[in-house]
Amino acid sequence: MKELNKLTIKEAYEGLRKKEFTSVELTMACLAQIKKKNKETNAFITVCEDKALAEAKLADEMIQNDKATVLTGIPFSVKDSIVTRGVRSTAAAKILDSYSPSFEATVVEKIRKAGGVLIGKTNCDSFGHGASNENSMYGAVKNPFDLSKVSGGSSGGSAVSVADHMCFFSIAEDTGGSIRQPASFCGVFGLRPTYGRNSRFGIMPMASSLDVVGPMARTAQDLAIVLSFMAGKDEKDPTTVLSVVDDYEKIVENKIKKDLIVGVPKEYFEIEGIDKEIKENILAQVEKLKKEGIKIVEVSLPHTKYAMAVYYIIVPSEDSSNMARLDGIRYGVRDKKAKNLDETYSLSKSSGFHEEVKRRILIGTYALSAGYYDAYYKKAQKVRTLIKKDFEKVFEKVDLIITPTSPFPAFSLNEKQDDPMQMYLADVMLSPAAVAGYPALSVPTGFTKSGLPIGTQLIGNKLEEGLLMQVGKKITN
Amino acid sequence: MLTVEEVKKIAALAKIKLTAQEEERHAKTISAVLEYMEILNEVNTDNVEPTFEVNELKNIWREDKIKKCDYGADLVEQFPQKYAGMLVVPGVFDNE
Repeated sequence: MKELNKLTIKEAYEGLRKKEFTSVELTMACLAQIKKKNKETNAFITVCEDKALAEAKLADEMIQNDKATVLTGIPFSVKDSIVTRGVRSTAAAKILDSYSPSFEATVVEKIRKAGGVLIGKTNCDSFGHGASNENSMYGAVKNPFDLSKVSGGSSGGSAVSVADHMCFFSIAEDTGGSIRQPASFCGVFGLRPTYGRNSRFGIMPMASSLDVVGPMARTAQDLAIVLSFMAGKDEKDPTTVLSVVDDYEKIVENKIKKDLIVGVPKEYFEIEGIDKEIKENILAQVEKLKKEGIKIVEVSLPHTKYAMAVYYIIVPSEDSSNMARLDGIRYGVRDKKAKNLDETYSLSKSSGFHEEVKRRILIGTYALSAGYYDAYYKKAQKVRTLIKKDFEKVFEKVDLIITPTSPFPAFSLNEKQDDPMQMYLADVMLSPAAVAGYPALSVPTGFTKSGLPIGTQLIGNKLEEGLLMQVGKKITN
Repeated sequence: MLTVEEVKKIAALAKIKLTAQEEERHAKTISAVLEYMEILNEVNTDNVEPTFEVNELKNIWREDKIKKCDYGADLVEQFPQKYAGMLVVPGVFDNE
């Protein structure tokens, strides 16, 4: 039999139900893996060993009493920028080093209610500000496939925790690629759901018009199971759009419909600096679908090249407003050197924020200031409309779009850290869907010759997460 | 494009204290970012409406009524400085 921490959710569920092993044993297997590997990769900021074992014990009782769901007793991790009641949530920023939230994010609450065992909080770029997980104030996260490479970001710790079998799935957050990019660098599935699909209550906000919360897992089926527990309307988040939740697990099991049409957007394959091996791999997936009898058509999303600029105006603008709540007054770390109120703000921020967080606050403050608002923020929101219209038009003709997730595989630690603009460009294939509010999935579809994972991105029409996972299951390696 | 003086001004507005080194680095890196943004000027956006919310939601109202909060004590627990269950904040003028 496979090692316990390497099972799929469904396999673990069957084993628990048949009493082949207990949730305590599953949890111990994951904790042992964390002990062995976290020193190398730095995936976790907080590991809740005692709490997890206590929760596992309760889960075993639920199973004993026939009150179990498919997630009962399954260990999972949560990105540290998502609040967990009574479990330290730092968002990888020193200003929240001591923060133990008094409330729980709705998505985490739903999974814990179903019996999921929270094993720990994963490292990330501070407040999600980054694409390599190097902007963490708790150290960078390294790629388990090659420790000299980055994990990707911002949800790097979540990706590694799943890829390296430290838990079964992770709950993470994606503003412009933070789930999909690390998923592709670490060889796991990562889903950015439709804007409004999942409740964001308890997700530390970065750019409110873009932030979504989604799952990361090792198989399409696992991903489908987790999403079905997360999704739905929440009165605590008025942007949630729909209470009806598809039977994702069933959709993933079903055959792909015969008349499916997949679009290949030429702009994504013409992006400067796209790695040859990546391009070949994605085109091989297109061939795979063609062989299944699926119709492939070339499509055009002409405003693709403007999405990055739009994204990096909207994000810091909304970010600078959201970050203003962190001032060392009501919670978090207050700088003790401050002599008065004004210094309390400025010193707490200066010592508690990462350089990149400060940069985004500064850009946002600038872009929103009088005289610049129209030139930057409003202009970006208008181009955003055009990007959205590109997608609307294409989805009149096709059911989904296939692209690379990232133009290159995991890059070396420190390679882009000195040049924020280079780091921003890592999101070039990820920001368009985010800016327009469409769901997108990164599917692991193979490796480069040097052994680094490659991800294929599937972008779907709104609320078509099920279809993305169904096709993802077909093309994965 | 963005001078050190401008960085100082924005940082003061955002209430962030920066070192001289940081000011210089931010001026340089933010200038590069702003320069990249100019690509948007290629796009004709006459008669295009801005998209502030992708699902076109407008204000969502709820009834303004008092609800019981079951974690008040936990919130107080998080205060960086407290006195008899109340939040202590630094003075507007120098503390002596």
